[in-house]
Amino acid sequence: MKIKEIYETMSYGPAPESADEVIQFLDSHNKKFKLFINGKWTKPSSNEYFETINPCTKEVLAKIPEANEADVNKAVTAAKKALPEWVNIGAHKRARYLYALARQIQKHSRLFAVLESLDNGKPIRETRDVDVPIVARHFYHHAGWAQLKDSELKDYKEVGVIGQIIPWNFPLMMLAWKIAPAIAMGNTVVLKPAEFTPLTALLFAEICQQIGLPNGVINIITGHGKTGATLVDHKEVNKIAFTGSTEVGKIIRRATAGTSKKLSLELGGKSPFIVFEDADLDSVVEGVVDAIWFNQGQVCCAGSRLLVQESIADKLYKKVKARMETLRMGNALDKSIDMGAVVAPIQLKTITDLVKQGIDEGSTLWQPSWSCPKDGYYYPPTLFTDVTPSSTIAQEEIFGPVLVAMSFRSHKEAVKLANNTRYGLACSIWTENINLALDIAPQIKAGTAWINCTNVFDAAAGFGGYRESGFGREGGIEGLYEYLKPKADELLSGEPIKVAKKSASKAMSNGQSVGIDRTSKMYIGGKQTRPDGGYSTVVKSSNGDYVGEVSKGNRKDIRNAVEAAHSNTSWEGKTGHAKAQVLYYIAENLAIRRDEFANRIVQMTNQSKSSALEEVDISIDRIYYYAAMADKYDGKVHHTIHSNVTLAMPEAIGVMGIVCPNESPLLGFISTVIPVITMGNNVVVIPSESMPFSATDFYQILETSDVPAGTVNIVTGSKEELAEVLAKHDDVDGIWYFGTKEGSKNVELLSADNMKRTWVNYGKYRNWLDKTQGEGTMFLRQASQIKNIWIPYGE
Amino acid sequence: MNKANSNKTNSHLKRNEGIPFDANLFKDININKSAVERRAATLSGRRSVKKQWQAAWLLKALSCIDLTTLAGDDTKSNVHRLCAKAMSPVRHDLLKAMEMDNANITVAAVCVYHNLIADAVEALGDSNIPIAAVSTGFPAGNIPLKEKIKQIELSVAAGASEIDIVISRNLVLESNWNALYDEVAACRKACGEAHMKTILATGEIPTYSKVAKASWVSMMAGSDFIKTSTGKESVNATIPISLVMIRAIREYHELTGYKVGFKPAGGISKAKQALNWLILIKEELGNEWLNPELFRFGASSLLGDIERQLEHYVTGRYSAAFRHPMA
Repeated sequence: MKIKEIYETMSYGPAPESADEVIQFLDSHNKKFKLFINGKWTKPSSNEYFETINPCTKEVLAKIPEANEADVNKAVTAAKKALPEWVNIGAHKRARYLYALARQIQKHSRLFAVLESLDNGKPIRETRDVDVPIVARHFYHHAGWAQLKDSELKDYKEVGVIGQIIPWNFPLMMLAWKIAPAIAMGNTVVLKPAEFTPLTALLFAEICQQIGLPNGVINIITGHGKTGATLVDHKEVNKIAFTGSTEVGKIIRRATAGTSKKLSLELGGKSPFIVFEDADLDSVVEGVVDAIWFNQGQVCCAGSRLLVQESIADKLYKKVKARMETLRMGNALDKSIDMGAVVAPIQLKTITDLVKQGIDEGSTLWQPSWSCPKDGYYYPPTLFTDVTPSSTIAQEEIFGPVLVAMSFRSHKEAVKLANNTRYGLACSIWTENINLALDIAPQIKAGTAWINCTNVFDAAAGFGGYRESGFGREGGIEGLYEYLKPKADELLSGEPIKVAKKSASKAMSNGQSVGIDRTSKMYIGGKQTRPDGGYSTVVKSSNGDYVGEVSKGNRKDIRNAVEAAHSNTSWEGKTGHAKAQVLYYIAENLAIRRDEFANRIVQMTNQSKSSALEEVDISIDRIYYYAAMADKYDGKVHHTIHSNVTLAMPEAIGVMGIVCPNESPLLGFISTVIPVITMGNNVVVIPSESMPFSATDFYQILETSDVPAGTVNIVTGSKEELAEVLAKHDDVDGIWYFGTKEGSKNVELLSADNMKRTWVNYGKYRNWLDKTQGEGTMFLRQASQIKNIWIPYGE
Repeated sequence: MNKANSNKTNSHLKRNEGIPFDANLFKDININKSAVERRAATLSGRRSVKKQWQAAWLLKALSCIDLTTLAGDDTKSNVHRLCAKAMSPVRHDLLKAMEMDNANITVAAVCVYHNLIADAVEALGDSNIPIAAVSTGFPAGNIPLKEKIKQIELSVAAGASEIDIVISRNLVLESNWNALYDEVAACRKACGEAHMKTILATGEIPTYSKVAKASWVSMMAGSDFIKTSTGKESVNATIPISLVMIRAIREYHELTGYKVGFKPAGGISKAKQALNWLILIKEELGNEWLNPELFRFGASSLLGDIERQLEHYVTGRYSAAFRHPMA
């Protein structure tokens, strides 16, 4: 085109980024890669290869090895072998390696960026200006954590060999999010990149060699889902970290259930992008672009549901459409585009199918007038209006550049619409009213809340989901715990602790006394209730003496208890001080009835009165601990990006099920229930099956201690049966289980459907009398989840 | 509506006649500074012009320059040099190599203080290059309105066809929008046929929201252009501030049909910066604004850098300033 013509039309021309150095890199491997195992390039045992392509041109970039079981074994063995030395070299040396990785990534930043764009199809602007800088930052940040591990996290140790499976939408960034915290905390890693986008991981392997990282600390194996499944199932893998679809996340949850493998899952989303009428609409439009047309919308936290206040909806739609017209789409290496290609034909088909369904279901489609390039897998930016929550496209994650818009009338309705999803990864809230923004942010069930911004990330802030968007965090100190285990876990025993029995049992049982017959009811919604089934079970002491009858709760009682727990809306919102007041009051009332509770323990356990009194006293002590913590276990303000306050707030998980240990009838109940309500959860408790009376006696204390109705609900009966009902209940958000190995497995397995947060003991028993095992911030952390709220400032 | 083109005559454009003062049109404006800054920061990463596109765009930038000298020691001799440069801003051999030697490439206007208008008139002869005069107590604007009107009238009479006025910043700080409207409207009336560029001096306006409001009031009162800065404030034209102003221009156009021009001024001295501004205008306002009728740079040394870049395009060799005739 002649200059004169351009001068008159002021058109954009091509602005290609050179791929020369990337071609050199691919050629240096003869465009046929090996697996990176034990620090060496290793031929795949399968001798099978698959191709990775450039989605913008469909051109084959390289052949990639398919790792089979033998290869996975090799990699895991290498990681396991490398572990002791990697732990022993100490925090500072590990920090040096992480620092070197960060430096290397910066030194080769453009090579990584170009390679990523070629392999994934995303614009070079994104890999160059967003992905790679975040990757380098992640390694720098975690070089710091590596250095600080021994001083800041001294009660924790490494988990061991970590299996990591990452997706194709941010291949290198997800690698960094996985590898950096893992090796910083002294773990070794086997990582499987996605089959569509393995190349930057393989380049990363080269820099691991370059810096002389000890062999086996990082192993990179490529392959499809089967390779990942083999890694998940591997017995020597101590933890799986997965980012990907909710569907696969559930499969992994089930596959690892009961294995005591640690698990963190970062899954799908359908994140709301909420616009109030006082927002800066032109800025909102750019926010929308960043939310749904960043990386072609292939972003787990994409703001894919636009919720607009009715008064400005038409105005905003008009602006968004005008902006869509000016978006430019083209080859990923063009420096003058906003959107590249989607990653693969199968993804293009999913998007196309869902869009068709959206049209069929009556929503109104709008796409810009320009047409997509024809040589790759392109899909245009798309806006749907006239969408209702019942539309498929409003519920399903599309994972493409498709925005669905709905309007709301009131703030309350905005929250309801926002939360009308099984997902809970992120949300974006646009208003110039700080009071409104900070009112809405905590009400949205999502791990990240971006106020007047979107898709902002930093290594210092945790990222991760609520609900079916998964659990665990990546980034920040909250993300480190995913790669650590408490040293105190080593104290746990294969058997429940035994209490010394008195030599002879004295007749103390109700049944043999001439006292008034007592009925231990259940406790639901602040009321003592009889069991739905109308059955009771006789409970005998460890010596076989009659102690009393306990209600035999069934699934309907659990249902009622869960409903009662949900109907309480006052507890979570109480201040830390107010919760502490209630907890102190519980302790006070328990102290008054110290003797009575000790007698009950004696009656059930046949232990000595003095040891029973000790259990009561420790219970009171424990309640004091959590009462003290109620206004002290608080969040953080993370050091993230410039001009931004990033609040990491521990929030209640919601309604939690607690399956108490059988042992320590009072203390086991206290040690599990109290931390959970301290964090603002409402609970459904299944007390000790064999010794339930400490719990059923306890509701009288709850009643007299200003505990609001519905906060603590107690259902007695068969532990495993009721635990199963709780685990299968889709309106229970989390569950703690203390019991057998099998029971633990069952709870994890059944919780996969709605992605409950689970904490189980895998048949390892705590000594509840021991403080290091029975109380601590770990309990509070397990009873809460971190929401990061990003608040930019500046006027 | 006519498509604007690179023609310097204003015949195609419906001049902004202003609209009655209506505070309701801008009272709810809330500009989110951090979001604006994010957009501004990422914009230049989203677009890039290379090779002949870059050369063409730089020529376009050049054609939008109000070549400016606003110094206490301005005299006839340096104004004459400036005018000579304005008429022939790029070496002929370079234009020829780009096949642009017949495209009548000149800068958009010459911008001087009132006392130098006569010298500029003389130097520019019948070149058709307009003379812009800064006015109304430039740069601080702290003189009586009567005096401001008089200055405008004198400059128009002396031969300026464009008047760059400064607003009274105190009216913005006090949110005395009605008075600001009256002031700008009075200036516009005094300008008559001369085109009026209203300088907001954004470096002295404390918030982006007030910049947007001042933009609205200035447009309502009939400004042909709104301009960021005098070049004398400590903060000159920035991309975020420009974004706020041109979004106001867009909104005003949607409401009234009038296209108001935009002029960033101060601190724009590099070709690369100029490209960023052109990208900003193209992305936010569209091609219609990419011509001197609706877009100007207030700059003095920008031209020199553009010349060097153009020579680099033509020869493939990095150029030196002394290879180009000085202004």
